[in-house]
Amino acid sequence: MKSENETEQITAQANGQELMTGADALLRCLIQEGVDTVFGYPGGAIMPVYDKLLDYEDQISHYLTRHEQGAAHAAQAYSMVTGKVGVAFATSGPGATNLVTGIANAFLDSVPTVFITAQVVSTLIGTDAFQETDIIGISMPVTKWNCQVKKAEDIPEVIAKAFYIAKTGRKGPVLVDITKDAQQQMIDFKYQKCTYIRSYNPYRPLNIKSIESAAIMINHAERPLILAGHGVLLSGAEKELKAFAEKTGIPVALTLLGLSAFPTDHRLYAGMLGMHGNYGANVLTNQADVIIAVGMRFDDRVTGNLKKYAKNATIIHIEIDEAEFNKNVPVDVAIHNDAKEALNYLTAHVKDNSFEKWIREFRICDKTEYDKVVKPETKPAEGQIRMGEVVRLVSELTKGEAVIVSDVGQNQMVAARYYKFTKPNTWVSSGGMGTMGFGLPAGIGATLGCPDKPVITFLGDGGFQMTMQELGTMMQYNIPLKVVILNNSYLGMVRQWQDMFFDKRYASTALPNPDFVAIAKAYKIEARKIELREDLKDALQKMIETKGPYLLEITVENEANVFPMIEPGSAVSEIRLTY
Amino acid sequence: MKQEYTISLFTEDHIGILGQITIILTRRQINIESFTASESAVKGVYLLTIVVTTSSELVEKVAKQMEKLVDVLKVFVHTFDQIIYQEIALYKLPTKAMMSGNIIDQIVRSSYARILEVSPEFIVIEKTGSKEEILKLLDRLEPYGVLQFAKSGRVAITKQVKELHSYLKEMDEANLNNNKPAEIPV
Repeated sequence: MKSENETEQITAQANGQELMTGADALLRCLIQEGVDTVFGYPGGAIMPVYDKLLDYEDQISHYLTRHEQGAAHAAQAYSMVTGKVGVAFATSGPGATNLVTGIANAFLDSVPTVFITAQVVSTLIGTDAFQETDIIGISMPVTKWNCQVKKAEDIPEVIAKAFYIAKTGRKGPVLVDITKDAQQQMIDFKYQKCTYIRSYNPYRPLNIKSIESAAIMINHAERPLILAGHGVLLSGAEKELKAFAEKTGIPVALTLLGLSAFPTDHRLYAGMLGMHGNYGANVLTNQADVIIAVGMRFDDRVTGNLKKYAKNATIIHIEIDEAEFNKNVPVDVAIHNDAKEALNYLTAHVKDNSFEKWIREFRICDKTEYDKVVKPETKPAEGQIRMGEVVRLVSELTKGEAVIVSDVGQNQMVAARYYKFTKPNTWVSSGGMGTMGFGLPAGIGATLGCPDKPVITFLGDGGFQMTMQELGTMMQYNIPLKVVILNNSYLGMVRQWQDMFFDKRYASTALPNPDFVAIAKAYKIEARKIELREDLKDALQKMIETKGPYLLEITVENEANVFPMIEPGSAVSEIRLTY
Repeated sequence: MKQEYTISLFTEDHIGILGQITIILTRRQINIESFTASESAVKGVYLLTIVVTTSSELVEKVAKQMEKLVDVLKVFVHTFDQIIYQEIALYKLPTKAMMSGNIIDQIVRSSYARILEVSPEFIVIEKTGSKEEILKLLDRLEPYGVLQFAKSGRVAITKQVKELHSYLKEMDEANLNNNKPAEIPV
């Protein structure tokens, strides 16, 4: 005998309807949005969705992480390397709250992501039911938009809206909370993609007047500088940026998350901005007469002391988010447009130019930085292995074509500084939030997004231990991520600050560490530990050549500090090269 | 320099929009001095009127953050001279206060207030006006034993000529052109 549900479905089919449960409809919506990879963790309230996942195994690959935070970071990294919307699932209560760090991380870095959380049955909401939490309230300040769905019939419309909001305008995370009963109700499934929300218009008509006045300023500039950020990558404007820079001959400096938007081996590359960025990019910001900021938000780590930031420059700001204009730095010309469109139009209106004398100043700064910082860091003659030489070697061995992921802290700054990026979207890091524990799960997401490229994640011994359970995910799906632990037995960046600003009082930063190789091996992951410089190159080569997952622990100099550094409260031009 | 600003927000009817707006003010440590919400002249569009005291720089920043919210249609910031505004207040007094001659009646008349209800135990007086006028009346009634006093938030009408529906029309037009690629002159 057929069940009531099946009979109902057959009758509906005869009537040209497609009856299914809310959970089924949710997965069909995701497929319609082009989702083929989901990260997540099941639990009571989300069980109807997980049950249905088995029916769509050929269309949606679900990766079970070992903690919901890992799912959120993996989804973000997947999005950063593929340009697609990253998706993660979690159950109600603790499942949902465990996502929050990852959501906040995606929010600060404007990464298009959709988080689906389950909620207790709608009649129980507000009763402090088992595993009930107000995730809508909790996630409100860290999502671009969020919405609770209590009826199955609302699922298609809300999911369509979620994807539209996540991937348009200034991109970002959206959370949809679906009650368990909504997942179980039957609906007649129809899906229509969202292309219009009355109160939300992400498309801006080209700001021609502003762009043309910017072009005049650029044409008359003597020491212009482009500051390009993550917005360039999010807009897919790398080619436009390059064309604009090459036509005008203006040097390009990148923010931390802007890395890989412009090739580091280009003669116009001016280096990385910010606290541990390059000497020339920082010092010469304060000598520039015109600054063209594209898809960046003048974060405090980029500007240093705002009172002494870029005072000689007229500032042209190309930005999709209107709220960023004048937020930190007063802007002379605001171009409220998508970077790609604006750069395209701007390039047509600027004259061919070159600034050889000005560019030579960057090269002089580069030489100073090389002698005082880069050379001792990447080519030390003696002493313990330095983080910089590890990264530079990986850069050489992979010809700058690998996808590089980092955790947060010294490992991150060193990876950003010494890897020579040549291709767009090959850098994944936690920028705005600075979330320790990001590196391993993000590495997993990046590897799944880039099956054809080597993916290497640089972690510190501290950050690794915040999410190291994700080795289980690597093991389960045989994810060929290469994990490099730069082990200095300290929370390195905090220790560096204690060293510099707290009289070397190392409060709670020393880490007695476990045997990382043994841990990796317990997860059946090939692993090795090295301590000597003479083993470094071979060990890295072996790691890169390994087909499957690999973990390489490298003991590095304990008390090395990352330089250059703009001390808190200092101007970008006061960046220090040495201690 | 700090001064009083009236923020008018036109929003969609989305649960949680109030929370999103207060979060923006809370983050900047801006206190909400008065708050009212009602449906606007356009069906389905809500008008929230918030009064804050802050600097012009900060009010502009929070207004931009508010307008950025997906469910917010439009945000306007006004100084007091750009709007016509009123508040409403109710005062409850013991009925025996009326026994002391017609003094209460005189106060009510001269303040352009009115008596809303009289019962054996209490009377209720209603006054519409500016915050100052409302508080002045409270002062005058105080000696007769005010039992309860309640005042609304501000409702405001802008003096500007351009109305919401023309903004909505513009937004719709911009939205309809949305997928057209920008024309690149050669």
